[in-house]
Amino acid sequence: MSEAILEVRDLVKEFSVRGGGKVHAVSGVSFDLHEGETLGLVGESGCGKSTTARCVLRLIEPTSGEVVFRGRDVLKLGRKELRKLRADLQIVFQDPYASLNPRMQVWSIVAEPLIVHGMATKEARARANELLELVRLRPEHANRYPHEFSSGQRQRIGVARALALEPDVLVLDEPVSALDVSIQAGVLNLLEELRGRLNLAYLFIAHDLSVVRHISDRVAVMYLGKVVEIGTRDDIYNHPAMPYTQALLSSVPVPDPPVERKRKRIVLQGDLPSPADPPSGCRFRTRCWKAQDICAEEEPALIDRGQGHPAACHFAEELQVVP
Amino acid sequence: MTTVLDIKDLEVTFPTLEGRVQAVRGVNLTLEPGRIRGVVGESGSGKTVTMLAALGLLPSTAEVTGSVRYKGRELLGLPPSELRKVRGSGIAMIFQDPRTSLNPVHTIGHQIVEGIRIHHPEVHRKEALKRAVELLALVGIPQPDKRARDYPHQFSGGMCQRVMVAMAVANDPDVLVADEPTTALDVTIQAQILDLLRDIRREKGVAIVIISHDLGVVAGLADEVSVMYAGRVVERGTVDDVYAQARHPYTRGLLSSVPRLTDTHRAPLTSIGGGAPSLLALPKGCAFHPRCSHERPNCRVDDPRLRRVGPVEAACHYAEEMGPVGAVQ
Repeated sequence: MSEAILEVRDLVKEFSVRGGGKVHAVSGVSFDLHEGETLGLVGESGCGKSTTARCVLRLIEPTSGEVVFRGRDVLKLGRKELRKLRADLQIVFQDPYASLNPRMQVWSIVAEPLIVHGMATKEARARANELLELVRLRPEHANRYPHEFSSGQRQRIGVARALALEPDVLVLDEPVSALDVSIQAGVLNLLEELRGRLNLAYLFIAHDLSVVRHISDRVAVMYLGKVVEIGTRDDIYNHPAMPYTQALLSSVPVPDPPVERKRKRIVLQGDLPSPADPPSGCRFRTRCWKAQDICAEEEPALIDRGQGHPAACHFAEELQVVP
Repeated sequence: MTTVLDIKDLEVTFPTLEGRVQAVRGVNLTLEPGRIRGVVGESGSGKTVTMLAALGLLPSTAEVTGSVRYKGRELLGLPPSELRKVRGSGIAMIFQDPRTSLNPVHTIGHQIVEGIRIHHPEVHRKEALKRAVELLALVGIPQPDKRARDYPHQFSGGMCQRVMVAMAVANDPDVLVADEPTTALDVTIQAQILDLLRDIRREKGVAIVIISHDLGVVAGLADEVSVMYAGRVVERGTVDDVYAQARHPYTRGLLSSVPRLTDTHRAPLTSIGGGAPSLLALPKGCAFHPRCSHERPNCRVDDPRLRRVGPVEAACHYAEEMGPVGAVQ
């Protein structure tokens, strides 16, 4: 495997809440992202996946931990150095409506990062046209405003802007979840193609496990601020060992009626506990059918217990759940 | 079999400053007792507007024509007071976002009691509350007698949706319309709600219309499915037939553009080119022709009607030529 371009170690983010107390949004997350690969980060709302992404880019300041990009600790950089680093580390947001300034023409949205990083306007404008072509938009439309584009096209504009500074790593925060399926397919294909052509590494954050399986080389599953299982796509989808991963995968409906009717599902009881007051020991134990006393007392480490990849469960055991 | 809900030639138009928006263009949809019909399609395809029009829930500016019969009785043109009697007791609806559907200043119990007593004013408040607690238990809310005294903000999204289901079945309706009931929920919670809908159908024999953009949700829940595009049903049949032997290029495109949990290869997805047409200026002929890979000259002129092709019904001139699904392009 190629070397790690981005290393995240023990990342913690706590938000203080009114009246005292803390929300433990991210509680010691570690993972590596290798050159040219896609790491899928999946989990349900409130698991901390977006907060993790934002901490990696320092769009919000993490409470503690390390984010090492090409050997440099991102969290220790000053403002100027951080800006330079952001040329190599870019983000695409979920909502293609909210993330583009409605009063800017498309060329200037795409050219803005270039101008911020010192390129002359004329040159930046020419480069913006190339970028629009790269994401399959017509450069003739460069003078249009965001509202003149469909949601899929807007997401392409967001991708073009993120690629303007020729980054090595793209953080994609739910990039296709606001799109209709027929449009989503086109954006996923484009991302896949660009990754190959530009040798990009993606940190792909999504709640849709089918999309993640399609696009990822490796997958990390998050639950209540922690990575509970990590491995190759095949490890996670065909040999899940952590009960939460198993329940999550078995809940995803498949568009195949006979398969779907026959399928045995693990339906979890109850709701996600509050991240302001996470359960002791294993955070999943309150909804887990395997929970024993030890689960409340001792937090299971994220290690390989004989399944070939790390899973955070005292009773890790492989189970086939994907039909 | 008798039809509990029969929508015929439904058309809905919204006059706007920019012109007339043709949201629904001649939709036919039937529902048999105790059956579940899925209505799938992308944003703007008219699936929600169809059901809102059927229940008389659209703003008065909407022009609605056609026929909507509930157990043989025409609903379109019914005075509001009569329609209110049908809604809630005969046909109930649950919406996508359970939080905005509940009143934040009243307790959950109060809101269910209100729903019961509007249709049955003779029921005493205390008795209605007892029934509300039973309903909360039915939809799987732990400690229902205690929870009935709580307010919506004290419930999670999944629990709120359970409350909505409890409220919807409070007066034993024959029809439940569920509009994207799990779209706002996480996948593990979605599984709980889908299970609940299956239980409700089995125990109460209620017929369900489930509106969804998620082909997987409909696959596991529905008996029949109608696929909508640009205000029209373009394909329908049993879920098994439509998913395995779709004849309309749009349905086929939709089925092959979704990444599947079961995919082991990483081949590019088949996307449908272009975007949904503007409802202000629909393409002539078949509304799907600008995006269709099988498009021929007459598709730009003749608007295809829904007709039987093999086991399904499809609105495409060339439906017979379509091979097995998955072999597209």
